[in-house]
Amino acid sequence: MISTSRSQQRLFNLFVFLVLCAGVVIAAAPLFYMISTAFKGSAYVQEYPPRLIPETVTLENFETAFTSRNFGRAFLNSAIVAIATSVLVTMLAATMAYSFARFEFRGKRPIYRVLLIMLMIPGVVLLIPQFILASNLGLRNSLPGLILVYSAGPLAFNTFLLRGFFENLPRELEEAAIIDGANSFTVFWRVMLPLAAPAISTVAVFSFLGAWDEYVLALNFLTDETLRTLPIAIANFRGQHSTNWGLVFAGSLTAVVPTVVLFIVFQRYFIQGITSGAVRG
Amino acid sequence: MSINLAQSHSNAAPVSRKRSEDRAKPYYRTYVPYLFLIPGLLLYFLWTVYPLIYQLYISFFDWKIMPGQVSEFVGLANYQEAFADKTFWLAMRNTAGYAIVTVAGQMIVGLALAILVHRVVVGKRFFRTIYYLPVVTSWIVVSFLFIYLFSPGNSGLVNYILLQLGTIDKPISWMAGADTAWIAIYSLGIWKGMGWAMVIFLAALQGIPTELYEAAAIDGADEFGRLRFLTIPLIKRTLMFVFVALMIGGFQVFLSVLMLTGGGPLHRTEVALTYMFDEAFGKLNFGYGAALSYILAIVIVIVSVLQTRLFGRQSQEVEY
Repeated sequence: MISTSRSQQRLFNLFVFLVLCAGVVIAAAPLFYMISTAFKGSAYVQEYPPRLIPETVTLENFETAFTSRNFGRAFLNSAIVAIATSVLVTMLAATMAYSFARFEFRGKRPIYRVLLIMLMIPGVVLLIPQFILASNLGLRNSLPGLILVYSAGPLAFNTFLLRGFFENLPRELEEAAIIDGANSFTVFWRVMLPLAAPAISTVAVFSFLGAWDEYVLALNFLTDETLRTLPIAIANFRGQHSTNWGLVFAGSLTAVVPTVVLFIVFQRYFIQGITSGAVRG
Repeated sequence: MSINLAQSHSNAAPVSRKRSEDRAKPYYRTYVPYLFLIPGLLLYFLWTVYPLIYQLYISFFDWKIMPGQVSEFVGLANYQEAFADKTFWLAMRNTAGYAIVTVAGQMIVGLALAILVHRVVVGKRFFRTIYYLPVVTSWIVVSFLFIYLFSPGNSGLVNYILLQLGTIDKPISWMAGADTAWIAIYSLGIWKGMGWAMVIFLAALQGIPTELYEAAAIDGADEFGRLRFLTIPLIKRTLMFVFVALMIGGFQVFLSVLMLTGGGPLHRTEVALTYMFDEAFGKLNFGYGAALSYILAIVIVIVSVLQTRLFGRQSQEVEY
């Protein structure tokens, strides 16, 4: 910047910093309030005046949550469903993307076109036929059924994302591997996947989060109490007449913490993956 | 895209550049590409393409979900009913209203935050992370959180703050009236999405060469002038991309409304998907629900095609 007004510049920087700090208070206050409520004791009536910082910190709500019926089970179910979905989506989207990025074959163009059109159809409008189809196939009240539906939804989008990434990879390495006698599967597994690690991890983490958070399909698919996933278990903590909000938020926090950890660990890749297409050109 | 290629080429010797151009065409195999394609494609077609077609079929019936009951073919009656259904049109208008309000809010707040975070000297990563946190928090959790924040009575946090500030003189039962319920629903939508818009705007801002700003400063452009005549024109494509993506997302508003008001009071905060959901899974009118889903899907496709036509070739690129 121009140096004539250095002190003015410094003042401006301080101003920007302070405005952002004020923004953080507004943006983070709801989340902070959730955390503090989870660590307050059980309360069916909200305290007055509301406190952002609990007077006494207790793990009572977390104990209640984890000793309550099927909450630990729900956590496990969600982990199974989310991990399986993440693996399936990543593998299937990557293989589809590889075939689109590196091969010519009969039917490529029409299939590609169908996937492009389907991208515009929001997943939720398919709730009714998916529900009926799952019932007919006997997959409705089961975790594998849920995993299959969760995995199918994001496939088209992630295929396009990975295809773009694969196409931009230099071909020299693949060619070298082929000259060394590698077949297409070895090339895919040993060359393409490692090179696409940032995009692959973006796909893996986002499909994990999608399955981890999903509520409506799970609510309608799973009738068996032992099969329920975490979002359903949390919603069940909300009482018919009065709600122990500490308990609801202790459950919520248990669900949110793994996602936030994932996000912070993979943040570098995310930002790359989120913005790569958007700001091109 | 072009950067990657340019790099690989400039690193390679002229001879190998020639060779890689010869090889630029994909190599052919008879069955190998299908081995890669088929597993994913089968799963995808079974659970999305087939259901989309099946849904059209369902929408022509008075569909009975119970086994043994016969579904009656009713032709276009479900669609006729939908077009005459006042509640459905109210829900569609509410959906459009939600999309417009929250998209505007997310873009304005997101751009403001991006400009500030771009400028800030210390804590850039910290601010970016904090503002992005609501994006990764699940809808069900933030919906409960906003129900709690907007609790009726003195001790709800929003009521408490507004009472302390003197903005209101008695506590508001937010979800009891449509207007106040919309305030809660809109603020949830904006709060949860602003970080996403910010991250994308921030990446665009970082792509603008600083020399341009220095030149503008020398020419005597003030802060507002630089924003209006330099920043905004330069990130126009990004603005349009974010606008289209957020509009499409806005039309799919569902879970937050389902949790906060359930469409009430008296359907006044109903949106398209909550109404469809209630018709199908609440009243078991699956045929009618399927018709509603189809109408909504067509509206969303039309909106996204119109927007991409208006704003150029954005749809060709896939973005998060």
